[in-house]
Amino acid sequence: MSVRSIPFLLVTLAIGAAVFAGAMLLGNDYYFFAGYVVAQYIVLSSAWNILGGYCGYVNFGTAGFFGLGAYSTVAVYQLVEGNEFPHVVPIPLLILLGGLISGVVGFGMGYLTLRLRGAFFAIATLALAVVLETLVVNWDFVGGSRGAYIVRPETIGPIGSYVRYLFLLMLVLAVAALNVARLIERSRLGYGFATIRDDELAAEAAGVPTLRLKLVATTISGALMGMAGAPFPYYIGYLQPSSTFGFDYAVNAIAMSLIGGTSSWVGPLIGTLLLGSLQQLITVTISSAVNLLLVGALLVVFVIVAPNGILGLVHKYLQRKPDEFVGRRRIDLDAAAAAAATAATAAPPAAKPGSAPGSPPP
Amino acid sequence: MIFSFDLLVNAIVSGILIGGFYAAVTCGVSLSFGILDIVNIAQPAFIILGSYIAYTLNASFGLDPILISIIVLPAFYLLGAVIYQIYYLAFERRGQESLRGLAFFFGLLFITEVTLVLYFGVDYRYVQAAYIGPTWHFGWVDVPLRILVPCLVSLLLIAVLQLVLTRSFIGRAIMAVAQDQLALRLMAVNPVRIKRIAFGISIATASLAGAFLIVIQPVEPSVGREYIGRVFAICVLGGMGSLPGTVIAAMLIGIVESLTATFYGPSWAPAVSFGILLLTLAVRPAGLLGRR
Repeated sequence: MSVRSIPFLLVTLAIGAAVFAGAMLLGNDYYFFAGYVVAQYIVLSSAWNILGGYCGYVNFGTAGFFGLGAYSTVAVYQLVEGNEFPHVVPIPLLILLGGLISGVVGFGMGYLTLRLRGAFFAIATLALAVVLETLVVNWDFVGGSRGAYIVRPETIGPIGSYVRYLFLLMLVLAVAALNVARLIERSRLGYGFATIRDDELAAEAAGVPTLRLKLVATTISGALMGMAGAPFPYYIGYLQPSSTFGFDYAVNAIAMSLIGGTSSWVGPLIGTLLLGSLQQLITVTISSAVNLLLVGALLVVFVIVAPNGILGLVHKYLQRKPDEFVGRRRIDLDAAAAAAATAATAAPPAAKPGSAPGSPPP
Repeated sequence: MIFSFDLLVNAIVSGILIGGFYAAVTCGVSLSFGILDIVNIAQPAFIILGSYIAYTLNASFGLDPILISIIVLPAFYLLGAVIYQIYYLAFERRGQESLRGLAFFFGLLFITEVTLVLYFGVDYRYVQAAYIGPTWHFGWVDVPLRILVPCLVSLLLIAVLQLVLTRSFIGRAIMAVAQDQLALRLMAVNPVRIKRIAFGISIATASLAGAFLIVIQPVEPSVGREYIGRVFAICVLGGMGSLPGTVIAAMLIGIVESLTATFYGPSWAPAVSFGILLLTLAVRPAGLLGRR
């Protein structure tokens, strides 16, 4: 842990506390409902970016991991519901459980598919949501296709209504996700991830344990997504498989990261704040279908026109070094450059099969 | 205990028929993902688009859905060519196809689906045709025509595709572009043009597959999702880019799904293809008839 992580943690905690205090002052429960969704997407997009942005592996299964966390909560709820004291399991514990289960599934998925080309991982995650939905539909204990009702308590302790408590928890989770993302980005782990993204073959040749690093990334990313999903049943009150495992989460997480910029933890944060608030606005004023169409369209436009997202645009405007290293300090630049240099010298250029136009026939 | 033999035979027969249809759904991805290395995950969305075009024209003019899909083939080909041109300019040329190219197709998939939802709603739509309804009976084996006709047309389509790929100049150029673009350039062939043609063909097959789909079952916009896992499972199992492999794998998956649906219940069927996909990736990534 570098020295500057502690101040960053304190600052983000302070901002989180300020946001919560501000919402408490406004006093309207709508802000908590809307804020919960935005905070949830901060966790999801940051989690997505750990694998997608840092390693360059696309995960379309955000909804799968998210739903896994949500349904682990439902399963626990069904287990304790018959007891005399319902809600004996505190939500932070459920969050940990959801994270654990999703992390294990992420590890398993990665182990089966990450030894192959990246596209296979993407396709497998795409199918994951469908399969998890099938499992849940066939599992009557958690409600099957009818869905499950969760009765949340009206109020809790000194905070007031329950949704405020949920918002507080999600805010803490968002702060945690941002800190994890930033920590990874600036650690040896992050440099390892960057070598995988830039040239996996060269990284492997240079002695980077690529498979192990990728497994770490899928596990952390999956666990964070599961944690974001665990409190969701208490938030929504009625959980249904087809909407829980829908594409909305996946497309939102990807769009927010790519629109913000994937090279740094700041990107998903910017993307989520912009897109998340815009979505809340459109859902309230127009309709939720239009809001989804807008997200899809923005995603396509951004990947074509501004492939490095808002961070890339800002960076181009400031006219500095290539976009990859925006938001990092100089020392990080040097380290990454050194890593790239070692990688480049270690691997002969002809060893890259993907570069078809230039490579001679075997 | 009576193990119902006729149930088993019926399940296998309907699995083979459905498999023929799956082959038509997959052959576009076999071309784009298997040969061109373009991970077009939006293919199921284009198939649903094909279904809705067949539905609209069928409902207003009473045309045969499969005939409609043949009529609109050129439009789908053009759509594919345009998408490839955008893809090439925005991603392939810049060498960013892996991450952003995937996001691009995912966005297309999503936009198509949401647009269809906004325009047609989420009601199930179906078409009218003479062969929807009657069933042929061979002993105790039932062959519904609504599945037999798409299966036969689909096998014809794949036979034609295979002939084009192996016999014609364009087809051989398409096979070559996957292996060595430089050699193709030395033959004075523009690889980008060849890829554009191939991708156009791959999207054009979605028109036919869409018509087959809406003949076989009622369609609503999110039906395509079930096909993502299935299509790529078949493509990988068959061996990337091998059309005969695609047909064999499609029938295998059709049979396994049909058996699962018959003996465990239809709600389990979507999990089958994913299980097979993971198993294939873990055990034999080259697929059944793979070259790599």
